[in-house]
Amino acid sequence: MAERIPRVPVREQDPKVRAHNFEEVCYGYNLEEATTEASRCLHCKNPRCVTACPVAVKIPEFIAKVKEGDIAGAAAIIAEDSSLPAVCGRVCPQESQCEGSCVLGVRGESVAIGKLERFVADYTAAETPKGEKTLPPEGRATRGTEAGGPLAEPVVGSAEPTPEGGNVFPPKKVAIIGSGPAGLACASDLAKWGYDVTIFEALHKAGGVLEYGIPEFRLPKEAVLKREIDAVKALGVKIETDVIIGRTVSIDSLIDNEGFEAVFVGTGAGLPKFMGIPGENLNGVFSANEFLTRNNLMKAFREDYLTPIHAGKKCCVVGGGNVAMDAARTALRLGAETSIVYRRTEVELPARKEEVHHAKEEGIDFQMLTNPVEIIGDENGWVKALKCIRMELGEPDESGRRSPVPIPGSEFEIPTETVIMALGTAPNPLIVNTTNGLQATRRGGLVADEEGRTTREGIFAGGDAVTGAATVILAMGAGRKAAKAIDEYLKSK
Amino acid sequence: MFKILKREMLTPNICKMVVSAPRIAKSALPGQFLIVLAGEKGERIPLTISDYDREVGTVTIVTQLIGASSAAIIAKEEGEFFRDVVGPLGNPSAFVNMSDEELKGQRYMFIAGGLGTAPVYPQAKWLHDRGVAVDVIIGARTKDLLIYTEELGSACDNLYLCTDDGSVGFHGVGTACLEDLVSKGKEYTQAVAIGPMIMMKFATLTCKKLSIPIDVSLNMLMVDGTGMCGACRVTVAGKTKFACVDGPEFNGYDVDFDEAMRRLGQYKAEEAEEKAKYVK
Repeated sequence: MAERIPRVPVREQDPKVRAHNFEEVCYGYNLEEATTEASRCLHCKNPRCVTACPVAVKIPEFIAKVKEGDIAGAAAIIAEDSSLPAVCGRVCPQESQCEGSCVLGVRGESVAIGKLERFVADYTAAETPKGEKTLPPEGRATRGTEAGGPLAEPVVGSAEPTPEGGNVFPPKKVAIIGSGPAGLACASDLAKWGYDVTIFEALHKAGGVLEYGIPEFRLPKEAVLKREIDAVKALGVKIETDVIIGRTVSIDSLIDNEGFEAVFVGTGAGLPKFMGIPGENLNGVFSANEFLTRNNLMKAFREDYLTPIHAGKKCCVVGGGNVAMDAARTALRLGAETSIVYRRTEVELPARKEEVHHAKEEGIDFQMLTNPVEIIGDENGWVKALKCIRMELGEPDESGRRSPVPIPGSEFEIPTETVIMALGTAPNPLIVNTTNGLQATRRGGLVADEEGRTTREGIFAGGDAVTGAATVILAMGAGRKAAKAIDEYLKSK
Repeated sequence: MFKILKREMLTPNICKMVVSAPRIAKSALPGQFLIVLAGEKGERIPLTISDYDREVGTVTIVTQLIGASSAAIIAKEEGEFFRDVVGPLGNPSAFVNMSDEELKGQRYMFIAGGLGTAPVYPQAKWLHDRGVAVDVIIGARTKDLLIYTEELGSACDNLYLCTDDGSVGFHGVGTACLEDLVSKGKEYTQAVAIGPMIMMKFATLTCKKLSIPIDVSLNMLMVDGTGMCGACRVTVAGKTKFACVDGPEFNGYDVDFDEAMRRLGQYKAEEAEEKAKYVK
């Protein structure tokens, strides 16, 4: 019986050691571990894991290939649905998606789908000679491997059910705004179907939140992210960095003057939130966005980069999501004794379980049921302490979540040199404000239907730019749906 | 990659560069800024646009040697490339969106200090070309540190130079020069100050005294310049604003200059360390 084999544990860097470096925490499976873990899959007739995956990776099929030792075959199956397997294998909240609905999980431990996906991507990349990328079969048959070049010829004979719309010459041009997960997923599908795709990125490096937000120790930039972005480029996708749509050039100008026939907006949710408490503009108070961007995109942790960063000797991170965990674990690695301050209990922490577990192992202090009320400064305007109040959980509200209520008179101070606000992010209003005919919701998200159609014909949107801050994989799912809608739109045009 | 077409040292510390950036040149307006990254390992440095040529596709930036990253920008030679130039960022100056009707009868006074003199040029030129009355005061410590005198001379009605040591022009700071002019009967409907934060603070105090409205251009610390990091937070009329997307120009009367000055020094310790390594 397959379920008798226990879930194969994954090797990790010693917490005491990794608390002082930015090397990846998790080492991943080797071939033997992966085939053993793959043999645990029951290959359900109606695989619930596939339904629970926002991009519907054919999980049992790729796992079957791993079991047979055909890793290249497994990679080709994943590539049909996901352009970023090494990323997703590392950062997806599998416990609430594929692994969360695995039948084995009901009475024991689910198959380690995320770790297997990651293994397939890493193993294939290590085995593939440089320059040759893993592509789904149709891509492999019809495309060169030149990164970033314009299409030499239209793609024919796609294996995908929908798309033939790209099979005109010259191919129709699609602009993708933002090179994060939504944009990369949308671009990949459209390029596979033969469209001439250009991604515009505001920052100087591609990847969006994968580049500026998620730290090196969870997602290595050179070894993993760059590799997967190069694979997207190998599909024929062009990426133009340093172009801020709405400032450098407008969407209207892309359509009117540069010949783009459809646009996908995947600009994410980049604006930081602050609490609005006294003392937030003191020196030493940072948004998690600033702190993480300095360290990830601008590589402040590396001696050979000029970027300054200030974690202090003691750091408090306010918030309980993945970004809060990332900021806290980064501050810790930069030498700060670090506490997480969160107003609910550990059960309600929105971060992935694995991240919370890793943070605890590394020695992050968790102050639960605690809410900041003021940041106290010294005579020079630098942070000295974080004044907090203890909370308790009250009655469940309409959403069923028990809201935290302050306990009167329980104020206390945590002495600290820095405070990092990780309270979530909102979409940037720049695109809405500079494009005719687009509408935003009260919370700043672009108005779009399930397939990503916005209020203006020819402009589509998906990911955090529509929903507000969510996950990498949901953004990818939205990008893929929009790609389909763009294909239909351009075919009917 | 963005090619440096021209490079000229205006003073021993201040460097002017004309950079090829066609897309940015097409969209740039007075008051906006750019972010420049000299090389892979540098910082993203915000610099106010000092000129642009839509036909040729160039933008002009003027940089002062302050830390390691500005040193890396200045170290570039003609014909070399910047890794990244991003922009135009921020909002254009308020007058850009004003109608001819609204501009009619306005009398502008620009108070420029140090490096801030360069970005005054496209603003003064814009107004001067539209027939709006423009006077400019340029202040510096001494004669040799005055920049853009020729360019600004051709972009305004009256150019006033002032030096702390009296080596040329008015003997004293720019704000004293403004008071002197007003006492002699000059009238202004709007002032704009661009320069060191402390200078803009005193320019604002002087304008308040003279009942002249004033806009100031805040060059805060920034990472992305698009509203993402919040490093450029400033308190304006009691509310937190991001200089990058809400500014960079604000009504001077409303700005908390002391906080802004303090926030500018936030990475001083780290920067001194870097500078010691790279700038000998």
